[in-house]
Amino acid sequence: MQYVMLIYETPEDFETRGSGAGHPYIAAWRAYHKALVASGAYVGGAPLQDMGTATTVRLKEGRRRVQDGPFAEAKEQLGGFIILDLPSLDAALEWAARCPTAATGAIEVRPVDAEAHETVLAP
Amino acid sequence: MDDARGTVEAVARSSYGRLLAYLSSQTRDVAGAEDALGEALLSALHSWPERGVPDQPEAWLLTAARHRLIDQARRARVREEHRETLQRLASGAAAGADPGGVFPDRRAELLFVCAHPAIDSALHTPLMLQTVLGLDAARIAQAFLVSPSTMGQRLVRAKRKIRETGISFTMPRDQDLPPRLDAVLEAIYAAYGLGREEAAGVDPSNEDLAEEALWLARVVRQRMPEEPEVRGLLALILFCHSRRSARRGPDGRYVPLSEQDPATWSTAAIREAEAELSAAAQSGRPGRFQLEAAIQSVHAERAQTGRTDWPAIVVFYEHLVRLAPTLGAGVAQAAAAAEAHGFAEALLMLDRLDRAAVTMYQPYWAVRAHVLRSLGRAAEAREAYDRAIGLAEDPATRQFLLARRG
Repeated sequence: MQYVMLIYETPEDFETRGSGAGHPYIAAWRAYHKALVASGAYVGGAPLQDMGTATTVRLKEGRRRVQDGPFAEAKEQLGGFIILDLPSLDAALEWAARCPTAATGAIEVRPVDAEAHETVLAP
Repeated sequence: MDDARGTVEAVARSSYGRLLAYLSSQTRDVAGAEDALGEALLSALHSWPERGVPDQPEAWLLTAARHRLIDQARRARVREEHRETLQRLASGAAAGADPGGVFPDRRAELLFVCAHPAIDSALHTPLMLQTVLGLDAARIAQAFLVSPSTMGQRLVRAKRKIRETGISFTMPRDQDLPPRLDAVLEAIYAAYGLGREEAAGVDPSNEDLAEEALWLARVVRQRMPEEPEVRGLLALILFCHSRRSARRGPDGRYVPLSEQDPATWSTAAIREAEAELSAAAQSGRPGRFQLEAAIQSVHAERAQTGRTDWPAIVVFYEHLVRLAPTLGAGVAQAAAAAEAHGFAEALLMLDRLDRAAVTMYQPYWAVRAHVLRSLGRAAEAREAYDRAIGLAEDPATRQFLLARRG
């Protein structure tokens, strides 16, 4: 079963990016990633650039609508995601609790919708 | 008016478990008893402020809850199981176990029901916390790291199973007792989330429920003082409890056991633990919890002697891993051996542990990192520190390990 961890970071944690591997937050993340990969649960994932880099695209009445943002006034913003392959939600929540960002921001855990995925992938 | 409300709350807090245990022991239906007791408490909130607090608030609640139970059973009279319930209630009343005086304490029986082999062992502790201590599902869910709705559903299902299986509220006897008692003690031990802390940098497991676990251990101890393992578990919890406030520095920093100031340990808890442990030892029936308590007792001696007798701890661990060869005991044994016999021997012991099992076990990596660093194997030590940091949940432990790793 696959689960996705959506990682919501505080502005302070966001600002640590680029501080190098020696910064405690980055060092904790490097160690966490290593442990995740070693456990065999890691499928994939990536950090995202900040909300300011987002561009939203919609088609309304056949016309393109392109917007900067969203610039939601949220204290925490989506900073990245990780896909995990684990036997249960309980196991996924354990990994969420260990995530360094759990202590400052928040981790949302959602099961992958396998059924919807299969429908989309079907030949 | 506020007084009456306060009384309801106070009675609910102090007597909930006893009332629920007694009611469900009569009906063998924990969920039904919970509903009835909940309704009784609700009607007390309405009635006591108006008519005054009754002389015997517990007895009042018991009577009210029983009326609710009898109503429940009558409404569902067609169903055989409820007819039995009705009969049991009636015979309970006839046996004179009725309000007006003291009613028997059935909390220990309820604990045995919660840890019955028919119930999923992962739910033993949550059931105990909800029924005997009255904790709500959300609070329990937090400690066990599951969503509140999931925990709620699991508890409902477990209680249905108790009713459907007709698990009896009697104390197991003779050859049935040891395995059933083990399950009860194991569940209380799990509630404490005993973090092994002999080695520096070991993530203390969740101690959310420490007070609750101590309370449950006392309930069993009160009822079964002749069982050495019961006293052993209480001693073990008390020893660990005595060091609770010492585990954090004033700045919230993690303080490993070896660096704790014994003056910050609770002498009252240590004294009580020592008394329990020596009473248990007199039975001449050693066991896992007594051994673990004995190890903690050696650590506690540092308050008097100023030093830790590591060779004694190693000997206790040798007995413990023979009796209960858990991964935790194996890692802690290696940590103790590092202090008593040197790091090379400790590394050999760590290497002998099951490779697959240690992958996700944080204490293993914390101890391994410490041992490798002390042996001057810097690169391997850093790798092990990374694993220990990555598996840690407690931010203070993480900071401690990051500093050690360098």
